[in-house]
Amino acid sequence: MKKVPPIMLWVLPLLSGLLFVAIWYGVRLGSGLQSWILPTPMEILEAAWRERARLLAAAGNTAWGAFGGFLLAAIMGFLTSLLLGVSKSLRSGLYPWLLVLQMTPVIVLTPIIVLWAGPGMPGIITVTWLISYFPIVVNTTQGLLSTDMNHVALFRMCNASRWQEMIYLRVPSAMPFFLAGLRIAATLAPIGAIFGEYMVGNSSGGSGGLGFLVYSYNTQIKIPALFATGLTSCLLGFVFVAAVALLNWAVLHQWHDSFERNEH
Amino acid sequence: MASSEPIVKFHAVSKRYGKGPLVLDGINLEMAPGDFVSFIGPSGCGKSTVLKLVAGLNPWTTGEVSVAGTTPRRARDRQAFIFQDATLLPWLTTQQNVELPLKLRGAPVPERVAKAREMLELVGLDKVSAYYPRQLSGGMKMRVSLARALTLAPQLLLLDEPFGALDEMTRFRLNEELLALRTNSSFTAMFVTHSVAEAVFLSNRIVVMSANPGRFHAEVRVDFPYPRRAELRERPEFQSKVNEVSHLLHQVEEAVRA
Repeated sequence: MKKVPPIMLWVLPLLSGLLFVAIWYGVRLGSGLQSWILPTPMEILEAAWRERARLLAAAGNTAWGAFGGFLLAAIMGFLTSLLLGVSKSLRSGLYPWLLVLQMTPVIVLTPIIVLWAGPGMPGIITVTWLISYFPIVVNTTQGLLSTDMNHVALFRMCNASRWQEMIYLRVPSAMPFFLAGLRIAATLAPIGAIFGEYMVGNSSGGSGGLGFLVYSYNTQIKIPALFATGLTSCLLGFVFVAAVALLNWAVLHQWHDSFERNEH
Repeated sequence: MASSEPIVKFHAVSKRYGKGPLVLDGINLEMAPGDFVSFIGPSGCGKSTVLKLVAGLNPWTTGEVSVAGTTPRRARDRQAFIFQDATLLPWLTTQQNVELPLKLRGAPVPERVAKAREMLELVGLDKVSAYYPRQLSGGMKMRVSLARALTLAPQLLLLDEPFGALDEMTRFRLNEELLALRTNSSFTAMFVTHSVAEAVFLSNRIVVMSANPGRFHAEVRVDFPYPRRAELRERPEFQSKVNEVSHLLHQVEEAVRA
């Protein structure tokens, strides 16, 4: 591929964004659609400013739900992968059921979860966990099983126990895979939380998250505010992805080839 | 050595993987302590398999392999294996990589730190002990791998084409360093290579193998006294040894093609 000068990495998305906004205005003006069907970007920003207190509070609530579910998925995903990585019979015994869990649409499971966990944070965290757990398990298990065979032979030659092989060899070499799973989960976790909130409705204590705002703005036909909620959700998603990217960097940049500076 | 009991012994050994064809057939070998034996032959002759049997990484099919009077697996703590790529763990620094075998053995931290430092000094890499493997050149990585293998003071060193991926200059220098290391820690060595000159320079015995199935075709003794220096390569008797082994290798390769 041809090399793109670094400044263009900022200029190009900005240009395409501007073009997109221009088309947006064009469609709005040309079609004569009304604000409550297609608000202009400016109207969305105005709505965001007007509703800033509610949006911020809601984003905070959603962030907690998403973070809780993400953390739970990360921990449980890691532990599940250890189980699956240790034994072939556990792997073949459990994997089909993990698939069943993943294949069942979240939209079906959510009412059941709300029924069991109740409305509010526990239910939202469970939905978030459900949606971000699987990619972490799949990636990490793959990582635990793709250890370099020569490294395994090296450990065998040192008379390493299976336990030592797991913690000193398989787990570290699975780290890039685990982090790749986290990256996918980070994009899914806010979506999971918002979906949970949307289904659960008002969460405990009368303070809803972004999902609840979607529900309430929609029923009130506050369409610019609905768009503004979308914008806020998007920003929240970016925060999650950026946090995991930072973690990824912190763990891998010293040794992993994906951070090799290109000097050739 | 107290006894002249062979450190490695093969008696009528054959090997096949699963239901596949014979990889090794009728292998007999006795190595005395201090021997440096190179194995050379066309690809597919099973020379790497010979090392893996000694290491206990693979089982043999028939016959008997013994190492230091016991089974390969039981003798593991007296052996070290050096692979074609340096097999350093990329997430550990050079120092931590060299400490690894002692760590796995449960040696106390001060002991393993000191020992690793000593070994790195021996291979001239004490200055890069904080570097990660990806910051090292191919030759440096292989030196680290050597240092790591020697931390446990093995009696037997198994080297599977360790310098095959390096350029010739680096390979020559590492050949010399490997022999120099042997004056400090007098290990016995089994060395798999594709390079005749390397085999002649390093070994006192060279086994030429034929393929399909792998058999010992001929053995050549190399009687140049140790320590051997770089100048040896320029001597006519060295060249004629290289020619002798090359000739045997040609015979074997023609037989494979026929």
